[in-house]
Amino acid sequence: MIEHSLQAIALSLKSKEISSVELTQLYLDRIARYNPRLNAYLAVDPAISLGQAQAADERLARGEGGPLTGIPIAHKDIFCARGWLTTCGSKMLSSFVSPYDAAVISRFHAAGAVVLGKTNMDEFAMGSSNETSFFGPVHNPWDTTRVPGGSSGGSAAAVAARLAPAATGTDTGGSIRQPAALCNLTGMKPTYGVISRYGMIAFASSLDQAGPLGRSAADCALLLNSMAGFDERDSTSLNRPAEDYGRELNAAAGAKPLAGLKIGLPEEFFGEGCAPEVMHLVEAAVAEYRQLGAETVAVSLPSMGLSVAAYYVIAPAEASSNLARFDGVRYGYRAPDYHDLTDMYCKSRAQGFGAEVKRRILIGTYVLSHGYYDAYYLQAQRIRRLIANDFAAAFRQCDVIIGPTSPSTAFKLGEKASDPVQMYLSDIYTIAVNLAGLPGISLSCGFAGGLPAGLQLIGDYFTEARLLNVAHRYQLATAWHLQRPAAFD
Amino acid sequence: MSLTLEQVHRVAHLARIEISDAEAASTLGHLNEIFALIEEMQAVDTLGIEPMAHAQDLAQRLRADRVTESDQLAQRAAFQAIAPETEAGLYLVPKVIE
Repeated sequence: MIEHSLQAIALSLKSKEISSVELTQLYLDRIARYNPRLNAYLAVDPAISLGQAQAADERLARGEGGPLTGIPIAHKDIFCARGWLTTCGSKMLSSFVSPYDAAVISRFHAAGAVVLGKTNMDEFAMGSSNETSFFGPVHNPWDTTRVPGGSSGGSAAAVAARLAPAATGTDTGGSIRQPAALCNLTGMKPTYGVISRYGMIAFASSLDQAGPLGRSAADCALLLNSMAGFDERDSTSLNRPAEDYGRELNAAAGAKPLAGLKIGLPEEFFGEGCAPEVMHLVEAAVAEYRQLGAETVAVSLPSMGLSVAAYYVIAPAEASSNLARFDGVRYGYRAPDYHDLTDMYCKSRAQGFGAEVKRRILIGTYVLSHGYYDAYYLQAQRIRRLIANDFAAAFRQCDVIIGPTSPSTAFKLGEKASDPVQMYLSDIYTIAVNLAGLPGISLSCGFAGGLPAGLQLIGDYFTEARLLNVAHRYQLATAWHLQRPAAFD
Repeated sequence: MSLTLEQVHRVAHLARIEISDAEAASTLGHLNEIFALIEEMQAVDTLGIEPMAHAQDLAQRLRADRVTESDQLAQRAAFQAIAPETEAGLYLVPKVIE
């Protein structure tokens, strides 16, 4: 059962081969057994999960189930879920039990899915290794001495070790795609605005976007169908007609299912900076795509090299503003001793935030402060425009852009933890996609030294269905995505 | 460009984050490494380029300013249950005006 696709699980639930309560218990047992090795989950509440599973079973018995009814799903601890501890990986929210549900949680609830637990993450989603979590790092199931990626590292480790059939994540600069790459999963960041950010704890509001983490593109399509949709409570939610993101997956196809597809290969993705063993696998995947009928064309994204610099102005600027709400008054941590209101703010924030979060708040405060705004924030926004223009030009020549997701396979725990700039550069291939607001997906394209490597597909705005299909066709022809880490039978 | 220790203290104060001298010193080193990365931007001529604030160039939607929550007393209780200190429906903070 733990290797079943979401569609196959749904069939088993519908045919009463297994109940949602049994399925949920199976995963709770696996979590109890394996989570101590991974630290992937921050909160598990069997009573709530099994209660939801019971309700799902009743719904299925009435013949009212949908594609996700009764399926347990793990949620990144950035999503507020009523009655659940929602920490965002921070001491600041270490005792915050959310009084309301995020839109993503409500939508899964309406679909009849079960909340399996809340997963570990970098503090306030600021990190690429899951090492900035107040609750300790997550370990990569493929090698527990290595990082799972971040910031959605707990979600990725949970799905990779089969401690959840699927999970949610959020992606501000690569936080779904990079952990998907490092854990042999498929993870998608949709077009900005497709999924409501309501109840998703804000990091950088113009970049943050939720998305699915699963074992295949087909699973991600099912998850995205539930997650996407207009929400008037999020001012940047897009009001578009509903679509079936998996609509292209079942089309009949011959030996050349991607005939007519033009794949753009940006020189900036294939130059130096990527580990040779990862590049070798990405090039083999490109060759596979040619076998599937796709045509490749050279494109260029000349401003992409500036994306990390622009991102580390824009994201901290927005974060410094968003995180101003953590003041120790209405919720969250308050320092035990202080002598006046300002001191209470200063001490609560000094004690409640970790080092990386503080660093980013300081960067953001500085670049927004008087006299520096034009040189940093406006310049970064102008470069953001150049990057978006590069993509627009590239998509006049191709349908999909392909490159590596991450310049390396999973690195060792501690390897980059004390060097912020090295950590930031591990998102070199993913950040530009957030700045432009485009959809991107990462899928496994093989293994190097026993560790998975990720292939990234980037599409034009609102081409999620096509991206999922392009990923799916590769997964029909290859078996990398079916591999499971041996230590988690 | 390099930040000074004094600037780190000033920015930390603006951000309402208490910072010790030792912390400020170690933070200064990291911040200067990060700003060295950020400075790459300054070499680019962006004259005439419209700043891009947002991924979708859309106007902000507006909504009517009206109460939409039902059962406000229960809501207030639920939201204040997670506050550090409340009394009679109010959030308690140190005295602001003497």
